[in-house]
Amino acid sequence: MFLPKDPFNVIIGGVGGQGNVLASQILGETLVAQGYVITIGETYGASQRGGSVMSHLRISAKNPFSPLIPEGQGDLLVALEPVEGLRILAPYGNPNIMTLLNTRPIHPIEVISGDADYPEVSKVIATIKDLSSRIWTLNATEIALEMGDSIFSNIVMLGALSSIQVLPIDRQTFQSVIKELLPSRTIEENMSAFDRGRAEVEEVTKNKPVSSRGGGEN
Amino acid sequence: MSSISQNAPGKVALLMGNEAIARGALEAGVKVCAAYPGNPSSEIIGTLAGVADEMGLHVEWSVNEKVALEVAAAASLAGLRGLCAMKQNGLNVASDFLLNLNLTGTRGGLVVVVADDPAGVSSSNEEDSRIFAKLGDLPLLEPATIQEAKEMTREAFSLSEKLGLPVMIRSVTRVSHARGNVSLDELPQSGPKPGFDLSQPRCAFPALPNHRLLHERFQRAKEMSEESPFNFYRGPERPDLVVITSGSGYLYSLEAAINLKIEERVGILKLGMTWPLPEAFVLGYLREAGNFLFIEEVDPFLENNVKELFAQNCFDIGVKRFHGKADGMVPDVGELNPEIVTAAMENLLNVRHLPRPENYSRIAREAAAGLVPARALGFCAGCPHRATYWAIKLALALDGRNGFVLGDIGCYSLGMGPSGFAQMKTLHAMGSGVGLACGFGQLERFGLEQPVVAVCGDSTFYHAAIPALINARYNGANFLLLLLDNNATAMTGFQPHPGTGLTATGDKTPVIDLRAICEVFGASVEVVDPFDVESTVEMILRMIRTEKGVHPVRNPNCCNLELSETSNQKMEKGEIISNGVKVLILRRECALVSAKRQKKLFRIEVDQERCLGEACGCNRLCTRIFKCPGLMWDQATGRARIDEAICTGCGVCTEICPASAIRKEAA
Repeated sequence: MFLPKDPFNVIIGGVGGQGNVLASQILGETLVAQGYVITIGETYGASQRGGSVMSHLRISAKNPFSPLIPEGQGDLLVALEPVEGLRILAPYGNPNIMTLLNTRPIHPIEVISGDADYPEVSKVIATIKDLSSRIWTLNATEIALEMGDSIFSNIVMLGALSSIQVLPIDRQTFQSVIKELLPSRTIEENMSAFDRGRAEVEEVTKNKPVSSRGGGEN
Repeated sequence: MSSISQNAPGKVALLMGNEAIARGALEAGVKVCAAYPGNPSSEIIGTLAGVADEMGLHVEWSVNEKVALEVAAAASLAGLRGLCAMKQNGLNVASDFLLNLNLTGTRGGLVVVVADDPAGVSSSNEEDSRIFAKLGDLPLLEPATIQEAKEMTREAFSLSEKLGLPVMIRSVTRVSHARGNVSLDELPQSGPKPGFDLSQPRCAFPALPNHRLLHERFQRAKEMSEESPFNFYRGPERPDLVVITSGSGYLYSLEAAINLKIEERVGILKLGMTWPLPEAFVLGYLREAGNFLFIEEVDPFLENNVKELFAQNCFDIGVKRFHGKADGMVPDVGELNPEIVTAAMENLLNVRHLPRPENYSRIAREAAAGLVPARALGFCAGCPHRATYWAIKLALALDGRNGFVLGDIGCYSLGMGPSGFAQMKTLHAMGSGVGLACGFGQLERFGLEQPVVAVCGDSTFYHAAIPALINARYNGANFLLLLLDNNATAMTGFQPHPGTGLTATGDKTPVIDLRAICEVFGASVEVVDPFDVESTVEMILRMIRTEKGVHPVRNPNCCNLELSETSNQKMEKGEIISNGVKVLILRRECALVSAKRQKKLFRIEVDQERCLGEACGCNRLCTRIFKCPGLMWDQATGRARIDEAICTGCGVCTEICPASAIRKEAA
């Protein structure tokens, strides 16, 4: 599979603790294994303390790029949380950006305390849809919880990413990468998380609106 | 097997900048590596610790940066190669030694990596460590890419040996914490045998001849800087603008020029060895062009050094225009980003770049402004620090004398924010809460009536608070020190420390017990579990009483907590712990560390019948005040509930609900 453009800019965004950084590392390794030149910029420090987290991946056939994507130049957004997706589109979106979205909200402290409101998820999805050229959704957190631990939601999302055919991620390369990066006892569970994501992601189109499963809860 | 230790020349690996620095050190045959953890530098030693056994290295988490540098310097003085890594604040700690080591010189290659944190994303300041290279006449390298981070580290060892000086590498977050393709080179198979040369003592005193010798070495460093392959120019022969840049600024500048389609007009003078400045090399470009823009993080280091060079030579090279932080073309605080660099080039060359349609920008920004709530940092769900600050808040409120908390650096710094109920009132350097308490703890004689409380983490205690504790005891300061013992250096990635019984390489070592240390200095010491909120509150209350008259609990009804009979009676009777420094150890493992090992402690549930919502009168204590992210407020039902994706099952919220609606059962 060829890159649709060079560099192709991917943003993975979510909330600290969702496995954002690991997801970007696994995706990066999968692409390096196929000969691409990758640069990843990651937000640390705040990454495990409930703040917004973002990883920028620059994928090129030949050159390293800066670890921060210039504004307005995202090509693919992988949002692990709905409002985080919208937060990222504001500076980095453009009419051609594609979005893969985990529809399950994580409430910020401001919402928990009643100082701010969490918008209706369906409204967030509709807004993201308007701001994206294509959008795919799934409730990766619910799938992960069904598997026994919300920790798998990032891997569910990578499975979904592999099935939407935007980036060259094949199951076998993914498996060999996680064998290097993750404890061996977790490989089987992570592969089934990957497969559930592959199977359950759905594109939201004009004719096929947000499904109840994809619609998340609020 | 980790690619870090693979002897596979030509292999391409995706490495984090800090891993690339570690790999460069391995390719240089480093033998001794030491650091105290600090973001964004921590993964350098973390990575080396992971391969220490197979590569035959000594790798340690030292107790602080000064000791770490001394450990690495000892290797150098014995003829081996040593590496020390730290964050910018760490260099302040290590600088006393460093600014004497430059006078005695070094033998085996000694590389000091300082990873700066522009914008202070995970730091208390954003100081620019490069000024120390100038202060100490030390060679300074600044990597711009991940590949270069590896190459520079390897070369820094040779440079150090040629000069007999420590070499500083200044990284920044966007290099240290970025990842990129790195082509690996060969790993050496053997190294020299160490020995201290008795004919060559290393004494900084007398300063004068040593200072002269340092300047001679610095002259040789200048020659090497002129020849450094890390300094290069990329661009047209007759540029309208020359960007002089280092570190992360290089790739931003390159991409901005491409996006603005001005590659034919802009030259990029990329400096990798930035001190001593390669004067002849830079002067060549100063002569040829008229317009210069400095792109660097954080301070105008290149900018001022190049201007000095210009001032010395202006009679020969004529008038030039310089842009950067001095004229406001680039912000003088904070981190660089592509937009800052693009805007500066747009302004100077009168070009415009529109990355996306303006109406898209407007709609996207308006949609986000209307729908996206803020998301502040806070303690993780199940974090013992939330429980600790809750107890502090209650105890100080019950006491009613406006007691205040002096803090320092660690996850618990978040105690200054909403997640710690804004209890922490000072934040400076490592251990400074305890040092300040030594001073505040003397002010009672001048009429200070407020109880003085300091907080300090376990790792921070070993790093910087022990001298302050000794000082408190020696000089009779009166305060309560709360040691927040979560059994890890949590903020930087759960590194072990002297209290954990494990070394950097995972070997067992005797535990240096917090309690024993405090007791040996004569402090009264108690230990509680912060998850036991009631006992913690009572203990804090007892320990902030003083001998000078019994202070009754002024606000006995200020919160939903009934003090036990005995505790109240003891306080009424004035039965209190004696004056002086008192230590309360709040012991509970970091929630993220326990989560790696065990499943949830409890399954937590909010009884939807018992929760009375806004009608309770508790002002939504659990969500509005306590604010654990594992809780949610269900708008539809007007009741609290648990977010099972976040809750770690610590059970602290079950203790705070006045209606006993939050219940726990063994998971």
